[in-house]
Amino acid sequence: MTGEIGQLALCLALALSLLTAGAGLSGARPAAGTARSVASAGALGMLVFIALAFGTLTYASVVSDFSIQNVQQNSNTLKPLIYKITGVWGNHEGSMLLWVLVLAIYTAAIVFARRTHERMTSAALGVQGLLAAAFLVFILLTSNPFVRLDPMPFEGAGLNPLLQDFGLAVHPPILYSGYVGLSASFAFAAAALITKERDWVRAARPFMLVAWIALTLGIALGSWWAYYELGWGGFWFWDPVENASLMPWLVGTALLHSALATERTGAFRSWTLLLAIAGFSLSLIGTFLVRSGVLSSVHSFASDPTRGLYILGLIFGAIGGALALFAWRAPSLEEGAAFSPVSRETALLLNNVFLAAATATVFVGTLYPLALDAMTGTKISVGPPYFALTFAPIAVALLVLVPFGPQLAWKRGDARAAIRLLIPALGLAAVAGVALLALTTPRSLAGAGAFALAAWLLAASAIDLWKRKVPSAGAIASALAHAGLAITLIGIAGTTLWRSEALEVLAPGESMYVGEYQLRLDGVAGASGPNYQAARANIAVLRNGTVIAMMHPEKRFFPAEGQETVETAIRTTIFSDLYLALGDHRDQTHWIVRAYVNPVAPLIWLGALVMAIGGFAALWSRLTRRATAPNAIAAPAE
Amino acid sequence: MAGAGATALVLFALKDNVLYFYSPSDVHTKQVSAGINFRIGGLVAMNSIHHGKGADVSFAVTDGKAEVPVFFHGVLPALFHEGRGVVALGALNDAGVFQASEVLAKHDERYMPPEVVDALKRSGRWKESE
Repeated sequence: MTGEIGQLALCLALALSLLTAGAGLSGARPAAGTARSVASAGALGMLVFIALAFGTLTYASVVSDFSIQNVQQNSNTLKPLIYKITGVWGNHEGSMLLWVLVLAIYTAAIVFARRTHERMTSAALGVQGLLAAAFLVFILLTSNPFVRLDPMPFEGAGLNPLLQDFGLAVHPPILYSGYVGLSASFAFAAAALITKERDWVRAARPFMLVAWIALTLGIALGSWWAYYELGWGGFWFWDPVENASLMPWLVGTALLHSALATERTGAFRSWTLLLAIAGFSLSLIGTFLVRSGVLSSVHSFASDPTRGLYILGLIFGAIGGALALFAWRAPSLEEGAAFSPVSRETALLLNNVFLAAATATVFVGTLYPLALDAMTGTKISVGPPYFALTFAPIAVALLVLVPFGPQLAWKRGDARAAIRLLIPALGLAAVAGVALLALTTPRSLAGAGAFALAAWLLAASAIDLWKRKVPSAGAIASALAHAGLAITLIGIAGTTLWRSEALEVLAPGESMYVGEYQLRLDGVAGASGPNYQAARANIAVLRNGTVIAMMHPEKRFFPAEGQETVETAIRTTIFSDLYLALGDHRDQTHWIVRAYVNPVAPLIWLGALVMAIGGFAALWSRLTRRATAPNAIAAPAE
Repeated sequence: MAGAGATALVLFALKDNVLYFYSPSDVHTKQVSAGINFRIGGLVAMNSIHHGKGADVSFAVTDGKAEVPVFFHGVLPALFHEGRGVVALGALNDAGVFQASEVLAKHDERYMPPEVVDALKRSGRWKESE
């Protein structure tokens, strides 16, 4: 019965999404008030039925209804309840259903956020409706989560144990909120082109901020998961799937900055539209890369060529349609007032040039191997050395320039005053660099440079806030976001350049050494969890001969899935992570133990959190300002 | 100008920093030179795993037509078994042994790296039922 309810709900949602698309787009005409009301109602109805379909699948998973193929293939009666729920999106069909659910939530948010610009909002709803329809057809034709199994099996095949983890359970919804959130900016940009509305950025900005915050947190969560779950001690692998999420983030960051100028002075009007289109296009390309099975990773649940072809067609339709609209309408947009070469606008322009270049290097490094394989059959992969050579210098150049932006006025800035103000930051950066060179071993010029750069950013953020006496929420937001970048940079540099690593085969009673620690294997005992058996090591951590902690890295075996995972043990202090992973055993008594000391590793993710808090500050100032002064015309700069 | 700079940077970086993927047959027919990093993929040959001192291990990768011996010092992935798919990253030494710096196995029972499937198909040893 549940399968039929879900199936019916999806079909009704498809009908309503088509209604929303038609009514929304025709509501873009001036005298079409009825169509606009229909579009709003359609959007809300669409959310109700997609939520019903999603709820149905979740229910089927929780009660282990193995008459539904999707549940049978991805669940198991022994699986803990939390993973029965989160396992709903731990497979291709369920994750696509989550995708359209998030899309429907954003669409409903557009309905509720509408205040002014009725025609543009209606057209935006229409575009969202079209996107929802395209994805619903995709789900119904190629990825139906409600396909039946007859006869019904007694037990399910289980969920990939790597995915049975809390960090990974919350990673997809958050990342999707970012990916799909960019659809709202995309829809507003397209709607602005359709209705020739100049003032679209103000309506779209809260959505841009939400999407950017979610992308920031989602990427950080994914990286943190890879760090503690995969057991290699790494936090970023330049894996195509990671790159697929990084590209929308880079373009989303560029969009946030360029939109500031467009909203304030009308500068970069066309460019901002193009970025809004590019941001969501990269989200779609990311979905294609991750979901089509062209890549091998923990994300590619199944490879089915028709799915890849459909998503590819959808990408061409969405990007091609939006670009055609842009080519047709953008020439009629007037650009804003001119600005001098030294101004806030120029700073934002440079920001965008560097972010676009960085995106391009990631794009080439990610897609070139696929293109080469498709055309010549030659299989290559592009690894970290490529990105170290291309992405890193561009990112460094961008970070060096970041502190100047907030110090320059709109239209015409004073370069000398800005430099004078930033001299203390420059001094602090020099001190930090020299101190690092003098105090750390091994001596690393790159590390000293990274810490100097981080000090430069942190000090500049502090100076910016101090200068303003009573800083606006917007100034706090930008200071926090820039400081977050610095914190992440410190974490990345410290972990990459000063990591200690050891790999030994130990018998009980034997010790190994890593960094300042002695690690003594006291034994490995059997243990069991709800749906796995584990080998659990008892490792004493000694410093200067005294035991300071016991750590328990595990190796787990999941019989239902026939799969093993490593559970690392991580001991975080303020200055470093001690990271232990248990390897395979060589005979009954000898085990391989891998240990790392990762200096300042937690800062990588703490920095991302600070950036996201900066994003929340901007969002909060935006929403409260809206509530108190809905008719404010000249909104102050953020 | 920034665009030109970025393009130059990308082209320069791509020239020397891509890793080719070869099957064991490719390694023999293409006469891959020692010292050049690449990825090799295939199945772990039966009865080829030998554990050495400490974390040393040697095994052979096969696509059914050719075999390449591999040496590795480190932790093998959880699903590393004889007869199963494997991808390793490293370079040949002068003796023709592949010195792996990283060994990856498939993520789960149902999944096979696409490169390995392709290598097996080319050597004619791929069965659709696998």
